Amino acid sequence: MTTTTGLGRVPLSLTPLNRKDYTSDQEVRWCPGCGDFAILAAFQGLMPTLGIKRENTVIVSGIGCSSRFPYYMDVYGMHSIHGRAPAIATGVAIAREDLNVWVVSGDGDALSIGGNHLIHALRRNVNITIMLFNNRIYGLTKGQYSPTSEAGKVTKSTPTGSIDTPFNPLSVALGAEASFVARTVDSDRQHLSEVLTAAVAHRGASLVEIYQNCPIFNDGAFDEVKGAEPGVIPLVHGQPIVFGDKCVVRDADGDLRVADLAEVGVEAAIVHDAHRPDPSLAFALSRLTDQGKIRQAPIGIFRDVDRPAYDDLVRSQVSVPDDRAAALQALLTGPETWTVA
Amino acid sequence: MTQVQKVERVAVRFAGDSGDGMQLTGDRFTADTAVVGSDFATLPNYPAEIRAPAGTLNGVSSFQVQFADYDIRTPGELVDVLVAMNPAALKSNLKDLAPGGTIIVDSGDFTNRNLTRVGYTSNPIEDGSLSSYAVHALDLTGAAVAAVTPFGLNRKDASRTKNMYALGLVTWLFSRSPEGTLEFLATKFAKKPHLRDANVAAFNAGYNFGETAELFAVRYEVGPAPLPPGTYRQISGNKAIALGLVAGAVQAKLPLFLGAYPITPASDVLHELSTFKNQGVITFQCEDEIAAIGSALGASYAGSLGTTVTSGPGLALKMETLGLAVMLELPLVVVDVQRAGPSTGMPTKTEQADLLQALYGRHGEAPIPVLAAQSPTDCFAITVEAAKIAVEYRTPVIVLSDGYLANGAEPMLVPSVEDLPAIETNFATEPNGPDGTFLPYLRDAKGARPLAVPGTPGLEHRIGGIEKADRTGNISYDPANHDWMVRQRQAKIDGIAAHIPDVVVDDPSGEARLLVVSWGSSFGPVSGAARRVRRTGRKVAHVHLRHLNPFPANLGEILKSYDKVIVPEMNLGQLAFVLRAKYLVDAESYARVRGLPISITELSGDLMDALDHLEA
Repeated sequence: MTTTTGLGRVPLSLTPLNRKDYTSDQEVRWCPGCGDFAILAAFQGLMPTLGIKRENTVIVSGIGCSSRFPYYMDVYGMHSIHGRAPAIATGVAIAREDLNVWVVSGDGDALSIGGNHLIHALRRNVNITIMLFNNRIYGLTKGQYSPTSEAGKVTKSTPTGSIDTPFNPLSVALGAEASFVARTVDSDRQHLSEVLTAAVAHRGASLVEIYQNCPIFNDGAFDEVKGAEPGVIPLVHGQPIVFGDKCVVRDADGDLRVADLAEVGVEAAIVHDAHRPDPSLAFALSRLTDQGKIRQAPIGIFRDVDRPAYDDLVRSQVSVPDDRAAALQALLTGPETWTVA
Repeated sequence: MTQVQKVERVAVRFAGDSGDGMQLTGDRFTADTAVVGSDFATLPNYPAEIRAPAGTLNGVSSFQVQFADYDIRTPGELVDVLVAMNPAALKSNLKDLAPGGTIIVDSGDFTNRNLTRVGYTSNPIEDGSLSSYAVHALDLTGAAVAAVTPFGLNRKDASRTKNMYALGLVTWLFSRSPEGTLEFLATKFAKKPHLRDANVAAFNAGYNFGETAELFAVRYEVGPAPLPPGTYRQISGNKAIALGLVAGAVQAKLPLFLGAYPITPASDVLHELSTFKNQGVITFQCEDEIAAIGSALGASYAGSLGTTVTSGPGLALKMETLGLAVMLELPLVVVDVQRAGPSTGMPTKTEQADLLQALYGRHGEAPIPVLAAQSPTDCFAITVEAAKIAVEYRTPVIVLSDGYLANGAEPMLVPSVEDLPAIETNFATEPNGPDGTFLPYLRDAKGARPLAVPGTPGLEHRIGGIEKADRTGNISYDPANHDWMVRQRQAKIDGIAAHIPDVVVDDPSGEARLLVVSWGSSFGPVSGAARRVRRTGRKVAHVHLRHLNPFPANLGEILKSYDKVIVPEMNLGQLAFVLRAKYLVDAESYARVRGLPISITELSGDLMDALDHLEA
């Protein structure tokens, strides 16, 4: 099987498209200040740069604030049911190699009710790109804690503090054999666009966690890992992981740790390798994310490795007969018949 | 020389331990029946456990075939010949043997230990308890092992040829030619010549034993049935569903996509379709039942015929997605091979208790067409019809089959592709609204919406589970619009009644006052019971429903024209409930939920009682 990019079989547009071509006529109905606006704007700006036909993009979403996304894009879109978007998108991707298939989901949609579909889509490596808007809260149902909320979080459903241990979405994805795993933030349009471009170019399942601010129910949850804040651990393939006066080093026991540059020297910083076949470095990096209030988190592409895409493998086993009616007749007749005169 | 006696109808049951190869033996014997041209119907019965402890009652597996020189509807209730490979098989099947029936037992397996294990305190072969039957106690295992000695098999493999020895004997007993089985063995063991030769030797030894031992006073012969001329094949319900799904896709000129999660008794449809990759069929074994229907819906959205197969518990899990499919108005075929429930229930036993779930099991007003197959053969036609309705009306369709149809087999006149109904997709390719816009919910005369598949330029649009404004499909929370859309979706499904055939009442005299109504697999037993009642000179009408939603347009009129209506079902009266509610008729439920088909003997007796009461 020839490896190609994620969009390798999607037809190219004959005319250049612009962001307006990708913007639907529907009024955007997120709360003022929602991080979703920034993501939508970046996405509408990104799509024309892919050079593909507009009608060959499909966006499938589940339920939640993020899942209203398809309505605002003038492509083919399905706003489905809670948690099931990866399963539906898998059917779309298997059925059609000529489509650019996206899943838009949130922390509750992807990791709680839809956890099973997410891990299996990643494990199979279906050629889809999943945007996981993580705001660490249930917004559409008005403010209950989510599977990524920090322990102790006080919400409407946890007035005495959440006692759940949160998921680290990227650790989950890596544990599920994901071949492309990245994290970005809603407010950094350039980084967001770069990461999504790399994700869509990856053939197979790509998971992009997007730290997304919910100004109503969880405002400021990611302020310390935005822009040039000292909490951002930037991951750039081939570069030493250095930020501010800190860097990431490997201890003698193999664990990764953030250390003071002055103490260890820049040569001690580990060099990021997103293409390592073994996922343990990416996993160890994912563990540098704070579990409680996020003050420090790696941002960038954790893992990007080649692995056959499930839908390509499915199609490689299937062939359509030239004369379907004749083939059907042979099937209906079967191997053993008898004649009644 | 043994006499050959012609009989009209015989039922034979092969019973043994679940590792004894009884299903294979029964299949093989059925194939020979087909060659003779008799009509037949089969009923496999096996434990849910893959390998229950050997020699126990729980581990008994059996295969029953009834064949006749006339058109039969069921595999029969009482069997005329019982082949029992061990004491457990004898004990658990004896109750189904007709008085005076023939028993062939493997006496080699009737050891004290095996007898004690199933609770026999004395050996039934010797203690006279079987004196009302014709018992042939033969050391089948010993004879088979002796026959295969030259081939150097170990003791276990040698004794496993006993099923072929038994088959050889029964082949002789029913005056069949041994050729079919010999050819079958040559093919099956082509790569294992020593097993082929051993099985052939065991089979021939059994056949020759019948010929030379003169233990049997008569051999039987069942002639061919007067079936319509043509080419026939054997088919089970599950295989017929698989073929129906392929045929539906071919007729619609769409790729076939099956999303499925393994579940008894539906898994064979997945297995069958997964061997059709060279027919362009895509099968996707999913992480769960929800993904199975979700992926199928995604495939339909992308321009395939999306389908999924399951059983009752799986249908329950698919319900939310069925609601979405109703809202999206996308084609989807969902096959429910019903089993005894609720919950795990009795997974290998049959039941018809998912009817109300199929009709009404969803949240919101979510009408879905429901069809039910009446026989293994009909599983094909009903599935093709389901595909046609799904595609042309843009709707999910539920097909109900059950465990009895799934595994039972009968002859099928090979359908000709030319005779299959055309299925029109009519995908949208051009704008249909003002200023070159696309209105995804602008309905046609029959209420179906235009489908534009992704990749169609200029028709980009969004659909979703949220209520949509009429015509545009945009999100709408308008009260009047919701009321309108709910009614539009209902009217579309109700309108299908205009395009399905009226039901025909089976009432040869035209004078019956009692009407029996059946649906699904109860067709066989109920039509059999009606026939039996009529043979006594009494009058009973029978109407069978293959369309459960919507009902055929003339059903209400028929129900109201009889003095009494009885509805036999393998549930607690689900169809009766719907008929009473919908038509205000005093339909009486006749409920049997034993995990078995309704008994013809019992039902015909009860129908006679009902006639006595009616005519008193």
